Amino acid sequence: MQLMVDTIEPVAFGTRNDSFLRLAESQKYHLCMQDYYEIRWHGRGGQGAITAAKILAQAAYLEGYQGVTAAPSFGAERRGAPVSASTRISPQTVMVVSQVEDPNVVVVLDHTLLKYEEITSGLVRGGWLIVNSWRHPKELDLGGDFNIATADATRVCSSLGLIVAGLTVVNTAILGAFIRATKAVGMASIEKAIRARFPNREVDINLAAIAQTYEITKLEKIR
Amino acid sequence: MIFVSKKIAKKASGWILDGNHAAAQGIKLSRVQVIAAYPITPQSPVTETLSEFVERGELDAEYIAVESEHSALAVCTSASIVGARTFTATSAHGLAYMHEMLHWAAGSRLPVVLVCVNRAMGAPWNVLNDQQDSISQRDTGWIQIYTRNNQEIIDSIIQAYKIAESVYVPVMVCYDGYVLSHTEMPVDVPAQKDVDRFLPPYRPHTILDPANPKNYNLVTLANPRVNAEGVLCHGYMELRYLLQEALQNSRETIIRVGQEFGELFGRSYANMFWENRLDDADVVIVAMGSLAMEAIVAADMLREAGHKVGVLGLRVFRPFPKADVIKALKKSRLVVVFDKNISYGLEGATCSEIKSALYGSSVSAVVRNFIVGLGGRDVKARELVDAVNKSLLSVKEGDLNKEYPEWICDI
Repeated sequence: MQLMVDTIEPVAFGTRNDSFLRLAESQKYHLCMQDYYEIRWHGRGGQGAITAAKILAQAAYLEGYQGVTAAPSFGAERRGAPVSASTRISPQTVMVVSQVEDPNVVVVLDHTLLKYEEITSGLVRGGWLIVNSWRHPKELDLGGDFNIATADATRVCSSLGLIVAGLTVVNTAILGAFIRATKAVGMASIEKAIRARFPNREVDINLAAIAQTYEITKLEKIR
Repeated sequence: MIFVSKKIAKKASGWILDGNHAAAQGIKLSRVQVIAAYPITPQSPVTETLSEFVERGELDAEYIAVESEHSALAVCTSASIVGARTFTATSAHGLAYMHEMLHWAAGSRLPVVLVCVNRAMGAPWNVLNDQQDSISQRDTGWIQIYTRNNQEIIDSIIQAYKIAESVYVPVMVCYDGYVLSHTEMPVDVPAQKDVDRFLPPYRPHTILDPANPKNYNLVTLANPRVNAEGVLCHGYMELRYLLQEALQNSRETIIRVGQEFGELFGRSYANMFWENRLDDADVVIVAMGSLAMEAIVAADMLREAGHKVGVLGLRVFRPFPKADVIKALKKSRLVVVFDKNISYGLEGATCSEIKSALYGSSVSAVVRNFIVGLGGRDVKARELVDAVNKSLLSVKEGDLNKEYPEWICDI
């Protein structure tokens, strides 16, 4: 599986690291390996936000980032209740163990959570808000000085039959939207991370969900 | 914000693990023979994973399900005295419930290794991280090792067996609940053949065996007494002296084992604490556990602002490395100690130890103490920076040592 080169210019979040730009140029597809990413995930208990945070961290480590961490929000979780998780990705060892305060990417697995202010709290200027939604980013009507990506991952997963215990599982699919928006990791690394985490029979359907969600992701950048 | 430090860069091995799975891998690699544990948040995944290893035949060990933590450690001490390498893990209330048996293991000089996933003590009820649980067991005669990240967890457990079985003192390996136990990060898992080269099989000092009946842990009175064979045996106090002596002398073993580990695995632990930019530092941050990593980020921020700040990340809390601390702090004029624990009515435990170490030495630094992160309260690098700046300012104004610690909280 190989990604098409995207026509949209990658957005720079922090200062760029020369060696990583060189590494990015050597990739088959255009990666945008920034100095660091702080990603916060929002979903509901049972949707797999924490698993997604871990798959992304694993993929980033395989991609060559030396520092990655993935953590749930600490404490108890309940099915259906809002949950969050975080992933940190950096060219160097991550020394920060405190919780993410100013994410440059926020991923939302359930668009109904957008009504809560804390979802976009701290999201830095020029960062990405990535939402599982059938709406176009403009229709979310969120304002804010961040970029927005949307993809109807729920529809992708239900048409593929990616349903567990009656619940459409969008946590892997939304990684497709994440890659499309940020170009932080490549599909080959994501595939390795998926293969490491899921039994063989579940690999293809998850990879298909990621690829299809990548294709339908709509991007809206701030000017 | 400064997000990373270039000081600690490891080569990629490919996979990430959370602290609990790193611990389980370390136990498996140490070829532990008897495991007894009772589940408690946030420790449970350690023993769940181990029970799966045993069930699948990947670890040749007896997994003994028990009804309490007290029994778990009773099983470990009993198995240790019949010649098995043993392991248990717990947190907070589970460790408190083990308290009596902690004394028993140390007093019997049994090299049990215990993982404490640090969690706050109730009341009020809380499942999140601080270090009150293991600090409360400070005086039970165990060696205590604290880890900053998941790599140090797996490495420290493997070393713990070698240390414990060399000096016949039990070792408690501590790591922060959730902050490490539930956070995945890169971990290089050593190869079994290399661990086998590093860690020889357990050789007990005494084996209880029905074929060769012996008594062990008899009632031992204050004064030395002649036993049934006419041999003059130690009294209680002599045995206790030997326990203290073993801990005093264990520093050498801890450093030697840490160095051997480094030679074999490329990660040296030939130290009692981690030093970060102490060479020219006149301000030193002291912290223990994962906070010692966040402190490096804070020190980098303070350096950018022109302050000469270093970090002393305590690794071994018992035995406490007094002489090493004096040496490391000799250039300091301000020491800011952050504690995720408190000895109520006095101050944070590591602060007391630092002050005690400096007494009578040539170091005349001001020592400030901040209580942070109790019950899982998030501690951010910028908060450490603020605390250091605040201390520098008040010292400049002539306010030196304080009678009681300051707290980073909303009161």
